[in-house]
Amino acid sequence: MNDWVLLGILIVVVGFALRLNPLLVVTVAALTTGLIAGKGLLQVIAAFGKAFNDNRFVTIIYILLPVIGLLERYGLQQRARTLIAGMRGATTGRLLIAYLFFRQITASFGLTSIAGPAQTVRPLVAPMAEAAAEKQAPTIDEAGRERVKAYAAATDNVGLFFGEDIFIAIGSILLMVGFLEQNGIKLAPLQLSVFAIPTAVLAFLIHATRLLLLDRSLAKRRVQEAGE
Amino acid sequence: MITLTWLYVLIGVMFAAFALLSVSDRSNGKRFGNAAFWGLIAVSFFFGDFLGDLGNGVLVLCLVGLAGFGALGRGNPPTTSAEERAASSERRGNRLFLPALVIPITALLGTLVLKNSGWIDPKQATLISLGAGVLIALAIGYAWLRPPLLAPLQEGRRLMDSVGWAAVLPQMLAALGAVFALAGVGEVVGGIATHVLPQGSLVAAVALYGIGMAVFTMIMGNAFAAFPVMTGAIGLPILIHQYHGNPAAVCAIGMLAGFCGTLMTPMAANFNIVPAALLDLKDRNAVVKAQVGTAIPLLACNLLLIYFLAFR
Repeated sequence: MNDWVLLGILIVVVGFALRLNPLLVVTVAALTTGLIAGKGLLQVIAAFGKAFNDNRFVTIIYILLPVIGLLERYGLQQRARTLIAGMRGATTGRLLIAYLFFRQITASFGLTSIAGPAQTVRPLVAPMAEAAAEKQAPTIDEAGRERVKAYAAATDNVGLFFGEDIFIAIGSILLMVGFLEQNGIKLAPLQLSVFAIPTAVLAFLIHATRLLLLDRSLAKRRVQEAGE
Repeated sequence: MITLTWLYVLIGVMFAAFALLSVSDRSNGKRFGNAAFWGLIAVSFFFGDFLGDLGNGVLVLCLVGLAGFGALGRGNPPTTSAEERAASSERRGNRLFLPALVIPITALLGTLVLKNSGWIDPKQATLISLGAGVLIALAIGYAWLRPPLLAPLQEGRRLMDSVGWAAVLPQMLAALGAVFALAGVGEVVGGIATHVLPQGSLVAAVALYGIGMAVFTMIMGNAFAAFPVMTGAIGLPILIHQYHGNPAAVCAIGMLAGFCGTLMTPMAANFNIVPAALLDLKDRNAVVKAQVGTAIPLLACNLLLIYFLAFR
């Protein structure tokens, strides 16, 4: 066992902190770690290439871009904004809470790919959240818009992560079943997935509270403007 | 039977088109860099299974060379103006949502209906149905909107250029994880975790397991990589065997503690960096920053849940 292999982790942390190009940082970290562990350069490059090829499925999602781009060309984002702007009582927080609920419920039935940053957040959820924020705080600045959009993407992640583990055939549950079986503990997927429910409920409560606080900070901005 | 390979060919065609359209985009001073980058990704999707491990490794190094030394720019594909979009949105109304909704609905129906039909690989039913949904949505888009022939590819390239090199970061990080596994990084981290654990304290063991899951997930960008390491080092020998914790509660909630780590790290690029790029956010870490306030209290909740649910 060679403790110096941890140098790779240090390279990643320092490289990201210095805002160097992440692809370069990751490659240098991988080559360094492999060489320190006593592997040959070609062996490390081959292992790197094999895993890159085996993981092509994470890049599948860009297949959606031509459709999303085409619809944007004909005003999809504008439409999403108009829809929310005409809705009484629609606020950024309430909208995102509804989306969080939708995402958690669908993910808990294993429908993880029907929504996501390319599928729903960029074309629909982010412009809707932005339109609601414009109603709440008409003179919202660029930083405020960025924050609202970032919250839209964050809500998608929270909903996905803390919904999907309730589904019994999701990758992480199957990984746990396999790991425990290797170690002599036999469990059915359902026995594991029920323990995801309390965290799912708490995730909803915590994130929903933060979304309501986001609403309050937008409302406060409006009051300040009125006072000026 | 339709397998994932069919979908890879379709994606290869799309990236090859992005590459060709990039070459002819004279408004982008770095058009050859973009063309080479998207072209190499097309090669990866077409021929990845035939290049051999070393061949794929060299392909990755070329991608890194292009991205790392600033060879990528941003093209300016022909598109509509803001006024044209507003007018089109006004004229077409809420029907504009329909083609976008076709994709998830097809993915849903395909997963439910076609999974055991024998026509498609049942393990990849959702992703293949998603691909089919894209083709159906494009067909509807062409028939209804009558765009120029290349418009979907040009608009797709516009979005792809805004994502840029971040598009392959998730694959790169998975590859880094594989090298870490090869080098035994997990065992070293697990050994350290066991060393710092004070003997005889259940509270400390639960905290170390849950926080360890989160921190190691932040380093690896993936809770799946952290789980076997932390559970092998602490969860199994100490929480389950020594303190007789319920294995289902320890593991299931431990994994969710890891997910809290995923919310807090740029290493989980597909969840945290790619969305920031897709939304054109100036701060690459804006999504992570929006998530930390949820992740930390939720991690604390998970520690309490392990403590109270696994050791009743």
